[in-house]
Amino acid sequence: MTPAAHDSGAWEWVVGLEVHCELQTATKLFCGCRNRFGDEPNTNICPVCLGLPGSLPVLNRQAVELAMRIGAALHCSVRPSIFHRKNYFYPDMPKDYQISQYDEPINVGGFLELPDGSRVGIVRAHLEEDTGKTTHVGGGGRVGSSEYSLVDYNRAGVPLVEIVSEPDIRSAEQARLYVSELRGILVATGASDGRMEEGSMRVDANISVRRVGSEQFGTRCEIKNLNSLRSLGRALEYEARRQIELLEAGETVVQETRHWDEEANRTTAMRSKEEAFDYRYFPEPDLVPLDPDPAWQRAVAASLGPMPADRRARILEVLGGTEASAQRDQVGVVVNQALDDLVLTAVDHGAPGSLALARAANEAAANPEAARRLDPKAFAQLILFEASGKLSSTQSKEVLGELLVRGGGDPEAIARAKGFEALAADALAAVIDEVIKANPAEWDSYLGGNDKVAGALIGKVMAATKGQADGKVVAAELRRLRSSS
Amino acid sequence: MAISRDDVAYVAALARLELSEEELERYTVQLASILAHAADIAALDLSDLAPMAHPLPLKNVFRDDEPRPGLERDVVLAAAPAVEDHRFCVPRILGEEP
Repeated sequence: MTPAAHDSGAWEWVVGLEVHCELQTATKLFCGCRNRFGDEPNTNICPVCLGLPGSLPVLNRQAVELAMRIGAALHCSVRPSIFHRKNYFYPDMPKDYQISQYDEPINVGGFLELPDGSRVGIVRAHLEEDTGKTTHVGGGGRVGSSEYSLVDYNRAGVPLVEIVSEPDIRSAEQARLYVSELRGILVATGASDGRMEEGSMRVDANISVRRVGSEQFGTRCEIKNLNSLRSLGRALEYEARRQIELLEAGETVVQETRHWDEEANRTTAMRSKEEAFDYRYFPEPDLVPLDPDPAWQRAVAASLGPMPADRRARILEVLGGTEASAQRDQVGVVVNQALDDLVLTAVDHGAPGSLALARAANEAAANPEAARRLDPKAFAQLILFEASGKLSSTQSKEVLGELLVRGGGDPEAIARAKGFEALAADALAAVIDEVIKANPAEWDSYLGGNDKVAGALIGKVMAATKGQADGKVVAAELRRLRSSS
Repeated sequence: MAISRDDVAYVAALARLELSEEELERYTVQLASILAHAADIAALDLSDLAPMAHPLPLKNVFRDDEPRPGLERDVVLAAAPAVEDHRFCVPRILGEEP
């Protein structure tokens, strides 16, 4: 990899990422409470996730299945694993420990290949439970200055997979690419919805810097509170610069956890390693070992659909193997938003791939959830209308917007209702013809260059079509008839 | 493996236990004898035995991913010392997030 773009040019970044991903199960990891974002506070709680005495955790089979799907998609091996208690005192976990996998995780030793061809190693992808949600009241909402805190335990016990990368990442761009590709994979496995903004996918970054050519690692810092790809990139840029400036000034980097402050655009120290937590990990005595049998592992691996890289390749193939970088970006968007079917079906129905791709990557991807519900055949039909000139690009985009808002429908009917579209164009031509014949004086005047009379003619066409025609389309048609007469 | 008084003080601090000097002394002796018992096992030659992750000869105990009713919020919150907006209300947190 190329060294980080920085003034000195002589420094290299060493970055590893930890990505926490909430699994899309119906219930929590160790109890039957619902795993559902956005419910009323403390409505999905029970003795297990509240840590009440005498309650016992039982592992959710589906969470294990999803963890194995993630592992398989990241080329990890599944190994026999156990759960540990990670002990700490903080009100987000009422048990005063979090059940997590420590030195014997379920998935180990994989890799993720990025669209730019680079490869990032995966150390592990392990199962653990999420914590409750704390809200700090007073003092600007920061924990240190607040007056008291409120806790909602709906999220406590929700299953997570934590994916730990090797320190193979060398730039902010590569870090963003890694998270973006990982998100695509998590969504493709069905394990996660990949929503960073809702916190269902969270990223922590470890970063150090070293002189280019050095084999030794520098002292690293961990950055927390990275809620978007944008903040990830900016936080890494800031932190690398801070460390390089320290080292160039002859000072040292202190190993510590730092908090990314989005508004101030900087990282600030949370705690240094000297006061690091000792979590007193010990094996969770209430859970037995997890050792998925080979048949289950094979079934999971076999059930994986194509991953984003395969799907990008498929679309590029359908497009005729073009290497245009703009199209690469569009293909990336379409695959990340799971809109492949729109493009593939359109091409299957004879639509031009580049047009289908453009509409899918731009207009459809602007409303991805609606676009995923769209009937690909309706989309294909629309693209064919546009490709054949029956609809202008503006009209096509408008009809597509309507299809997305309505959650489907017949593009032809929508176009007709809007007064543009081929069938309407034929009918419209007939109406215009009648209006011209019924108003020869106005038509002659219009032909003679009197544009003011166009309004009257358009008005009559609108009346004849009961307002269904598009005035602009009628005006354009009149101009066309005048220039060709 | 000997345990020192400092080890006991450290573990007590982690567990948020405030121990008197006399208690520190007493627990150091008691914990040392417990660890000595564990050392008996460490002294055995177990090289031909696989490590045991759990005392029960069980693995892969699962639950199906089916929702079950939990506890009523009002009942749970009624047991909390303080409540606000249907959330547990806790005193100001002094440490940082783990």
